[in-house]
Amino acid sequence: MHEMGIAMEIIDIAIASIPADLKDVRVERINLKVGKLTAVVPESLRFCFRIAAKDTPLCHADLNIEEVPIVARCMDCNNEWTISQPVFKCRQCNSGSIEITSGRELDINSIEITEKGAQHADKHV
Amino acid sequence: MLISMYRTQQYYHHKEIDKAFHSHAKDGVASVNRKPGTREIKIVRKVLDANDAIAQQNRKLFAEKGVFVLNVMSSPGSGKTAILEKTLLNIMPEINSAVIVGDICTSNDADRLSGSGVPVVQINTDAFGGDCHLTAHVIETAAGNFELDDIDLLIVENLGNLVCPAEFDIGENLRVVVLSVTEGEDKPVKYPLMFRVCEATLLNKIDLLPHLDYDRQAAVKNILQVNPGMRVFEISAKTEEGFDSWIGWLKQNILKS
Repeated sequence: MHEMGIAMEIIDIAIASIPADLKDVRVERINLKVGKLTAVVPESLRFCFRIAAKDTPLCHADLNIEEVPIVARCMDCNNEWTISQPVFKCRQCNSGSIEITSGRELDINSIEITEKGAQHADKHV
Repeated sequence: MLISMYRTQQYYHHKEIDKAFHSHAKDGVASVNRKPGTREIKIVRKVLDANDAIAQQNRKLFAEKGVFVLNVMSSPGSGKTAILEKTLLNIMPEINSAVIVGDICTSNDADRLSGSGVPVVQINTDAFGGDCHLTAHVIETAAGNFELDDIDLLIVENLGNLVCPAEFDIGENLRVVVLSVTEGEDKPVKYPLMFRVCEATLLNKIDLLPHLDYDRQAAVKNILQVNPGMRVFEISAKTEEGFDSWIGWLKQNILKS
């Protein structure tokens, strides 16, 4: 539901990350990490991104979304496990004192770009 | 976005997120799986960095001004506005309060809350495609309408939605979620993030229990399954049953901040 705002943030960050000295850059892929506990639906995000990226250097870019499982660590017995059901208690000792060590990610890791000039130079090597 | 200030009727413009929050990219090592012929630029940033940075600024400003911020979230129709009306009656004038109300359309909630005599700012998100949550910069702008030095408690009534508001830090001190007994007992397990990020659940409309087949024990069990440390207050905004504990706990939190 809020994926459009997130898509627009991704576009802002990606455009700001293109080095200023490069000309005619086309962003081919954006590598993202999205935790399973994050309220983001990858398909909705892709849909919104396609619309929001129109007329930007990102208009041909694919969103490569790596989904990150929810991992918890028990503060009492140190047990670590992957949460697949919405039960946030230690499986080993039933303690409710747990730390979520991953699963809340909504990170942009990198972008992959091509440059018209660079592609041209490659051909002559 | 339209922000209307009750009593003083000021209008504020949408403020662009400061581009300074965008960090500079660094060239990085190419990943093994990258597309052929491309160059990879490492970024490694949180997508919501811009929001989180403004939320931290808000938090700092509110702390300097001695304002405690309560973010109230729930699905539509669970009784947020009714709870706030009764809460304000119980804490004023001891605790000077102000309210920011978020809705997609209408000023109905602000109209109701301004009856309590507190300054109320209504935010309508419809001009931005009906945003389903409040972000930190909206709170920053709205807070500019208040004399923060005179306020002890700023209550933010978020948009009715159990998904999106959970994702956005607005610079609050405390988050509570309202769940009413006319909703399913399984809402906490269906919307775990919301129940993970909140410190308390207000289980509202308990005056209706005699007329419903609602299993309150199952609801509480589901809440605690998702968040074992959650405080649960069973209340009725209509009869004010359970309000003593809720108000007492809220005051305790304000005092210790």
